[in-house]
Amino acid sequence: MAQAKRPLSPHLQVYRWGAHMAVSILHRITGSALAFGAILLAWWLVALATGHEYFNIVQGYAGSAIGRLVLFGITFALMQHLASGLRYLFTDTGKLYELKANTMSAKFTFVFSVVMTLVIWAAAYKVMGAY
Amino acid sequence: MTDFNNPLAKVRGLGSAKDGTTHWLGQRITAVANIPLVIFFVVSFVGNAGKGHAEWVAWMKQPLVSVLLILFIANFTHHMRSGLQEVVEDYVHDHGTKFAATLAIKFSCILIAALSIFSVLRIAFGG
Repeated sequence: MAQAKRPLSPHLQVYRWGAHMAVSILHRITGSALAFGAILLAWWLVALATGHEYFNIVQGYAGSAIGRLVLFGITFALMQHLASGLRYLFTDTGKLYELKANTMSAKFTFVFSVVMTLVIWAAAYKVMGAY
Repeated sequence: MTDFNNPLAKVRGLGSAKDGTTHWLGQRITAVANIPLVIFFVVSFVGNAGKGHAEWVAWMKQPLVSVLLILFIANFTHHMRSGLQEVVEDYVHDHGTKFAATLAIKFSCILIAALSIFSVLRIAFGG
């Protein structure tokens, strides 16, 4: 703001990093990444509605190495945002504020997102007949 | 964690703009609704992985699928708008930039919703 410089209270940089901080910032990063995913989904839906020729082009992009990497990242972002979002719904009701429960639930969101991302991609490759 | 805050009932609808917690509540309501919708979305897209145009269209033409997809799109674009706006409000401090960014977010989210829902409807009602 336009006011004179005033002393500031301690902010992020003075604290030791913990799982709860990582979850907090990751929630915003993954949320923003999912907004990019929403653009891709809109593009894909428009392609599907346009016709099979254009759809095949877009599916070609999606199925390329870079396309799969991006989709893999979006899958992780979705699962992480889902898990951390669920955790925030608990904290919104005043739960999970005890130190241990807070840290454990934060760590659990990482386990959940990594496991679910791998499960989803294993299932997708299975459906596509890769193994 | 009992008496530090006013009960939600006290502040609901009584903010300075007379709609105090609307934004906050809207974000939580869409978050809750997103849980089953995301599960539907992920399960469906994994189940249809690798399919061609005709099969995807046939799948999307099912009334329940079209409706759930439209609900999903409407819900997550609302959630996305509140979330992105919150990020801008926290990190962008210049008033003009903040106003422009908020407006851009709102328009973009509505555009994404319109394009996506129109595409689903076009497939659902198309020949």
